[in-house]
Amino acid sequence: MMEKHFAGRTASPGMALGPLVAFAPETGTRAASGAVDIEARALRAALAQALRDLRRLIEQSPGETADILAFQVALLEDDVLSEPAFAAIAEGRAAHDAWCEAMEAEAAGYEASDDEYFRARAADLRDIRDRVLAALAGSDPVAEVPPGAIVTAVDLAPSRFLAIDWSQGGGLALTEGSATSHVAMLARSRGVPAIVGLGVDLSEFAGHALVDAHRGVLIIDPGPEVCEQFERDLRSASTARARADAAALRPAVTLDGTPIRILLDFADPADLEGLDPAICEGIGLVRTELLFHDRHGLPDEDEQYTVYRRIAEWAQDRPVTIRTLDAGGDKPIPGVTLATESNPFLGVRGLRLSFARPDVFRTQLRALARAAMHGNLKIMLPMVTLPRELAAARVMLDVEVAALLSAGVPARRASLGIMVEVPSAAIAADQFDADFFSLGSNDLAQYVAAAGRDVEAVAELADPVQPAMVRLLRYVVDVAREQQIEVSLCGDAGGDPRAIPVLLATGLRCLSMAPALVGNAKLAVASVDLRTLPALAPWP
Amino acid sequence: MPNTSLSGSALLTNDVGLHARPSVKLTQLAKRFGARIEFALDAAGPWVDAKSPVKVMRFKAAKGETLHFRANGPDAAVALAAILALVEGGFAIDGETISSPPNA
Repeated sequence: MMEKHFAGRTASPGMALGPLVAFAPETGTRAASGAVDIEARALRAALAQALRDLRRLIEQSPGETADILAFQVALLEDDVLSEPAFAAIAEGRAAHDAWCEAMEAEAAGYEASDDEYFRARAADLRDIRDRVLAALAGSDPVAEVPPGAIVTAVDLAPSRFLAIDWSQGGGLALTEGSATSHVAMLARSRGVPAIVGLGVDLSEFAGHALVDAHRGVLIIDPGPEVCEQFERDLRSASTARARADAAALRPAVTLDGTPIRILLDFADPADLEGLDPAICEGIGLVRTELLFHDRHGLPDEDEQYTVYRRIAEWAQDRPVTIRTLDAGGDKPIPGVTLATESNPFLGVRGLRLSFARPDVFRTQLRALARAAMHGNLKIMLPMVTLPRELAAARVMLDVEVAALLSAGVPARRASLGIMVEVPSAAIAADQFDADFFSLGSNDLAQYVAAAGRDVEAVAELADPVQPAMVRLLRYVVDVAREQQIEVSLCGDAGGDPRAIPVLLATGLRCLSMAPALVGNAKLAVASVDLRTLPALAPWP
Repeated sequence: MPNTSLSGSALLTNDVGLHARPSVKLTQLAKRFGARIEFALDAAGPWVDAKSPVKVMRFKAAKGETLHFRANGPDAAVALAAILALVEGGFAIDGETISSPPNA
């Protein structure tokens, strides 16, 4: 047997090996009665049964799955959906043909959309179609799929995905489909590896297959080498995950016993849910851009205050560093950022934009000063370039705090620090009167290397631990020590096990990273021996 | 209460537009009122029943479009205020985190 590789797109990451099972919708067959009233009654009964089945499924389903099914219920409950079918039946069509044609027309309307999201809804329509057809034919729509199988289909309806037992593993390989479909969402939430858009005929799929959804490849009849590699990957992945999960809850300490503080970076307060504050010693970076997105108008002071307060309270007295709005660059915000810049990374972004829109900035400062009453909250300014910018922001914060207090609103002047991400701020770090420094490794690396992280061809040059970066980091850490202020590093490098030994060698003792990276980062810290690290080139 | 006819509009700010969940929320809310509530993407129409998820979804309204509503009936004012608030509030949809595809 020849090993065959097919490339598609990853809809849900992971790997699975198993027998291929083609999933062809089996909706049964039904003979037409030839009488209009019997056909109409049959369709009505089938619609009612489909609704009952769906409602029962919803009761047994967790939140997101229930939402997807609730959408199907809403459509089925709407008489508009079946109107054309009943009209066709009145003209003599058989119930199943009338229903199929009506649903095909409705699905075609979605498929004609320019928007991938709406196109993906055609699969929901077909799911409803098949459920009702099965009820018409009196057959069970649930096909038999052995546990652990690699399910192949052109596309798969959400309710069919749910009818399959995924508890023993298994994977999904669709020749069409979309990463934004409901079935892709379900696969991600259940952790089922899935590849879509394989673009070949289903008849190609037989035998055993490996779904490698990390690379988006389906390997049919994998040879012994691929299989052995898969088993090894599986074993090492599960061992590594167990080790990382255990390490996440322990303090980070190097081999020589030096404690390293681990903080979290995050963008969405929703990410805090289900997260144990014990895995970190605080929050090193809260991005506030998300608050300003996806809504009508900008968030007002109370809205921001509520969010900041919730984060501060979650951290239970651990420090929480909230960055003021860092819009611009690759993060445009309608109504705030300028749309006409030719090079937005070098334009009006971060603090520069806050000065251009003082109304927005002052609102945020007031919300932060009020939230500071509820925890150990710190304010961090992004894209600071010159010392006088920090001085100006400090005055603005003081003014807002004074105004709040004189109006009887509880507020506190939280400590005010800067993100060190513009080379000028790093090179002249000693000139800034900041309460703390936070090295922004992503932006500092791209500005030092003059290599945009949005340009794939040069992104490699923006290496966060190249010699120039190491020198800069080391200098900023030295300045912080001299001024007796805190310094931490956030950005991708902070959670990268390969970068961590170098970062610790620069003198950094505090790293901020995405919550999912904490376990592996703590393991990387534990393998560093600070006594044997090579000496780094000093600041000349 | 007098029988009133009112209209209003709101900007659709959801990333994926008036998709499945917002459509269901919108029609469920509309159904709670006695007023006849209609929906259009253009103030000149065509207008459709805002209580029909099939019709609302057929518009395939995308982010950035303006949604127009008109309501007719004794509770038209409350119905319109509630619906505009739902749209302006981004449909108060939380926890959409896993709906974004992995770096495809």
